[in-house]
Amino acid sequence: MYDSPYPAAGGSAPPVAVEAARLVYDGLPLFDGLQLELPPGEITALLGPSGVGKSSLLRLLAGLEAAAEGRVHDGAGGPLTGRVAYMAQQDLLLPWLDLVGNVVLGDRLRGRRPDRPRAEALLAEVGLGDRLRDRPAALSGGMRQRVALARTLFENRPVVLMDEPFGALDAITRHELQALAAEKLAGRTVLLVTHDPLEALRLAQSVLVMAGRPAQVEPPIRPAGPVPRDPGDPLVLQGQAELLVRLGRARSAA
Amino acid sequence: MTLLRPLLVLLTVLALWQLGVWLSGVPHFLLPSPARVGGVLLDRWPELLANAWVTGVEIVLGLLLGTLLGCLSALSLALLPPLRRWLLPLLVVSQAIPVFALAPLLVLWFGYGLGPKIAMATLIIYFPVTAAFYDGLRRTETGWLDLAQTMGGSRLSVLLRVRLPAALPALTSGLRVAAATAPIGAVVGEWVGAGAGLGRMMLDANGRMQTDVMFAALFVLALLALTLYALVDRGCRAAVPWAQERN
Repeated sequence: MYDSPYPAAGGSAPPVAVEAARLVYDGLPLFDGLQLELPPGEITALLGPSGVGKSSLLRLLAGLEAAAEGRVHDGAGGPLTGRVAYMAQQDLLLPWLDLVGNVVLGDRLRGRRPDRPRAEALLAEVGLGDRLRDRPAALSGGMRQRVALARTLFENRPVVLMDEPFGALDAITRHELQALAAEKLAGRTVLLVTHDPLEALRLAQSVLVMAGRPAQVEPPIRPAGPVPRDPGDPLVLQGQAELLVRLGRARSAA
Repeated sequence: MTLLRPLLVLLTVLALWQLGVWLSGVPHFLLPSPARVGGVLLDRWPELLANAWVTGVEIVLGLLLGTLLGCLSALSLALLPPLRRWLLPLLVVSQAIPVFALAPLLVLWFGYGLGPKIAMATLIIYFPVTAAFYDGLRRTETGWLDLAQTMGGSRLSVLLRVRLPAALPALTSGLRVAAATAPIGAVVGEWVGAGAGLGRMMLDANGRMQTDVMFAALFVLALLALTLYALVDRGCRAAVPWAQERN
């Protein structure tokens, strides 16, 4: 019926670069002259103390932060418009649509005929194949975030921006969803904003720490091994400890 | 229990009323006893029913027209923000003029038939519907708008697919207010000039000091308004089942 709901985006996923990003909030620069580069086809995690401007930076990349300035491009100077999918901490499911309706929302908004078979296949892949006609209110928080992941995958964009997508979930659900997301997002250029060092080390090929005021992004850490990594791996645990120390320093510097 | 309690209150009020009339000996043209009003209801029910039908049609048509106009206004305000500066003051002014003051004019223009009553009911509910719906359209959850923007939705498609359904719970509260106030418009219209309707009947009875008939007409009017409100409330709940889930 359907070959693959998401043709390999690997070859086509571009790098993402931000230059001279600047955001002034309440007269104080949150960041100014900030540079960021995301390697193509990899998951990059962005950590940092609360309020440092991680989400604002992500929103700048998504074209949602009207107050921020900066040049966002695909490494070759082209714009990212139409190549970005966005996933937030809230599932942002529309309560009046069933799960399939929520997943095909993008098609409907673009005035295209909704590709329901593909939406149903994606929902089945995130483990909700038997709940297609349910309304979001009937689901648990973890299930709702699975639907949000299916909706993000349905967009089939080479760049995916995720703002603490698992932040509101309990530990077990988070663990399951992280593995699922890492599998499904492989090959895309992903920015994952998170406050959880373990999540960053499990999922990301490179880990960035954003700190200071105005904030800067420190040089990337590139943990060894393929993702998703085992949270019991001594290297991951050691990395987590080091990241915690760095984040603690970052917060006291802010 | 939900039905029993108001029924009990009603019965108590009626009993006290009856008792008060007996004990005080108030003449019936000032305050008829409930028993007397009940007698009128039994004797003249065909006439009451015919008049209730006329008033009911006025109210329902006014509701439909006012809701339609209100929704269209709110949608155009939401779609074309510059329009707001022109239309919003007009809206407020339209609400500042008491409908009572307009009633004679409307009768002059539309005659003694259904026209002025429907116009009056429409006028009275246009504002709450527009205000509630427009408010709902403006308060869409920003996360949904962000998501829709990254998906590449046009202004119109975001309005129709996201903002409009998201504003339906707000619209339903406007509709409930409208259903409760629409009878006022119709009755005021009838007081100023009408050939039929419960308001007209009350006016006639008042002229002949038939206070019991006035009360009977008032009772039927209240029943009509309550039924209408219950129907609108039911309809709103059925159409927007997610409205309750989000508080």
